[in-house]
Amino acid sequence: MVDPVVWDVGYLLSASMFIVGIKRLSSPRTAPSGNRLGAQGMLLAVIITLLKMQSEGIIGWELIVAGLAIGSVIGYIMATRVEMTGMPELVALFNGFGGAASALVGLSEALKRISDGVPDPGVELYATWTAIGLSALVGWITLSGSLMAMMKLKGGFYVPFSKKDDRGRSRWISFPTWGPPWLNWVKASLLLASLALIILTIQNPEDKTYVYSLVATSTLLGVLFVLPIGGADMPVVVSLLNSLSGIAAAFTGFVIGNNVLIIAGSMVGAAGLILTFIMCKAMNRELFDVLFKAFGGSGEKDQLTRTKVGSDPEEVAMVLDGAQKVIVVPGYGMAVSQSQHAVKEFADLMESFDCEVLYAIHPVAGRMPGHMNVLLAEANVPYEKLIEMDDINSEFPECDVALVIGANDTTNPAARTNEGPLAGMPILDVDKSSVVVIIKRSLSVGYAGVDNDLFYMDKTMMLFGDGKKMMNELNSAIKEL
Amino acid sequence: MSLTLTALIGSITVFVLAIFLGFELISKVPPTLHTPLMSGANAISGITIVGALILSNATFDGTETSFAAILAFLALIMATINVVGGFMVTNRMLEMIAGKKRKGGN
Repeated sequence: MVDPVVWDVGYLLSASMFIVGIKRLSSPRTAPSGNRLGAQGMLLAVIITLLKMQSEGIIGWELIVAGLAIGSVIGYIMATRVEMTGMPELVALFNGFGGAASALVGLSEALKRISDGVPDPGVELYATWTAIGLSALVGWITLSGSLMAMMKLKGGFYVPFSKKDDRGRSRWISFPTWGPPWLNWVKASLLLASLALIILTIQNPEDKTYVYSLVATSTLLGVLFVLPIGGADMPVVVSLLNSLSGIAAAFTGFVIGNNVLIIAGSMVGAAGLILTFIMCKAMNRELFDVLFKAFGGSGEKDQLTRTKVGSDPEEVAMVLDGAQKVIVVPGYGMAVSQSQHAVKEFADLMESFDCEVLYAIHPVAGRMPGHMNVLLAEANVPYEKLIEMDDINSEFPECDVALVIGANDTTNPAARTNEGPLAGMPILDVDKSSVVVIIKRSLSVGYAGVDNDLFYMDKTMMLFGDGKKMMNELNSAIKEL
Repeated sequence: MSLTLTALIGSITVFVLAIFLGFELISKVPPTLHTPLMSGANAISGITIVGALILSNATFDGTETSFAAILAFLALIMATINVVGGFMVTNRMLEMIAGKKRKGGN
């Protein structure tokens, strides 16, 4: 029998590795080592747990080995197969799994304790049952909320087995954003009901009905929590849900009496909350508004009354001929159309004509902060050419052509006014460059549901079409010059 | 295993201090790293895998505890997906951001 202190020291070491790992993840140079350190800390925690279980007498290895193997294979496949465009959804999905795991551990422990015999009223009963209740509440909210966020990031889904249209695609149903003001009262009542159920479970610890009711109310609460939030705010929501999954793990730590869960969970919870605020700040939004005021893509979009004549790639190539400085403004459209390689080819072409090409990265371009950086890095764009918003905005007035690829809200001058959903959001000053070229499928509004004046300006040339197709056509037009 | 008040207060102390630590841990993060940081922190919150392991120490014997074991087994699969997938996907993102940066600097 090994002295239990050994395990605690091991867990302490693993918790320290998490702390240093997170710290290192917040700086570009040290980030990869921070991630490795976190993974090593996790491996250490798992090994210690297995050794501890072994020394205390293990009942069955089957479940443990099977669970670890199945989970590792699924996790490995998902992480390596995912396209870079699908990254945000995957992070949301993993987050949901983490929350669900915490919730299931809490539930499993509760059922086990109920069948083993509930402790007499006292510290143990109150503390354990409160922790079980809270880990269920937070964990199930995280699961259902993350799944909602994942669907919203995808924007919708194809209905399986439905009639295919002329392009061979199944019917596409876009995911709803819906939230009248009274929904907040429903959410508040659900939260109160959940808290009441937690108190009821403490008063009637043998009764499983309350535990299951709590699962139901929490899951519903998670769905209603994310339902009214528009797609553009989804990164903030995923970050907040990430914070919640940490808190759920910490409460689970109280349930099973394990400090490493408490430390890692609460630290991730707090750091995730700070990150949420940082992201809100980058969008110039208040967290409260994001969460409780339905915003963006709410269905009732402005009917477009204005029109704009589209240009063709040859015309744009002529404008680009002789340009000294081009700023590329990528958006979600670049991610969807997978056109980052075509963009890189464009930049190489322009640079061969002695034209300077820079990339303007809006903090919330795409569906996640850093989304564009990852995509462009994949296409071998040098890191130092990606310029963040605050630094590049002063360069637009002296730039010959700004090439916008599938970005909309992040360039909308309406944000400079004090009205509408975009009010006050910092934008890229694309409209200050001499010529604006926009590659976009249509004139339709962005996530915020606001018409973009930029499209209708005289100096704007619209290339209507899929990002990749248009970029390739533009590249061949440039080569023919 | 019986929980004493002293032990509980000890755990709550750890909880509160770790929250403060988390608040202080990151202050400035460049937007590029928002997603990897979120993803890496998310993988760390998969620490609940420890709890899932402990509770998966069971066999299906057809008794009442079997259901609890099934739940723990599901929790173990999900937590492992969260941990393995989370760290790997973070690594992939960072390789693209930081790996290319090093090359670009040459």
